[in-house]
Amino acid sequence: MSVGLIVVALGLGFVAGVAAGLFGVGGGILFVPLLLGLGLGQLDAEATSLLAILPTVVAGTWRQRRYGNVRWRTALVVGVASIFGVQAGVLIATSLPEDVLRRLFALLLLAVAAQLAWRAWRSESAYASDE
Amino acid sequence: MVKLVAIGLVAGLFSALFGVGGGIVIVPLLILAASLPERSAAGTSLAAIGVTALAGAVLYGFEGHLHVAHAALVGLPAAAGAIAGTAIQQRVPVASLTYGFAALLTVVAGWLLLT
Repeated sequence: MSVGLIVVALGLGFVAGVAAGLFGVGGGILFVPLLLGLGLGQLDAEATSLLAILPTVVAGTWRQRRYGNVRWRTALVVGVASIFGVQAGVLIATSLPEDVLRRLFALLLLAVAAQLAWRAWRSESAYASDE
Repeated sequence: MVKLVAIGLVAGLFSALFGVGGGIVIVPLLILAASLPERSAAGTSLAAIGVTALAGAVLYGFEGHLHVAHAALVGLPAAAGAIAGTAIQQRVPVASLTYGFAALLTVVAGWLLLT
């Protein structure tokens, strides 16, 4: 990677993190398109995104733990069970053509966009009815 | 317990298939199926996602799809950004900004669908 590309990656990574914190979405839905933009294929972008979200997840868990919001036993059961789901997911993703995977991901983005807009609309109307 | 295992299985599948943490499925499921309050669901999902994302990265790594340097370049500044973003969120109303963000995601989805 060239120095220019590294600087762009660092800057966009920071911006993606700000957006994730600001809008309460995970980093993954932003990292995947970002990594595609940096030249990775769909499958490699998804794989790499999973590693890239770990620092944000660890920092977020640390904060939430201080507020007493983490139920460790529940998290452990869900997390360990998820490993089996992950195996199935990897199997499916690696057997799908990459352009199908890419379109599925685009549909996920649209669903997240719709959910965000709905949430914002609902909180705005909640404010309006408070006044 | 059975419900939590089911939530984990679904979340893991979703996470690995899309390369995302899966909070978008875990949080509502913890609230609806496991009766957690919203804040506990958000905090607990983060801790679970740590395991999920690590498992996904390792398994994809075995298949040779992991780019560690790319992950560090994007992921490390993002952790700092997320702390800043969360702090800003406590101070400013973001509802109007959210529409812009939703529009941006829609544009990105269009780019992925059409190219």
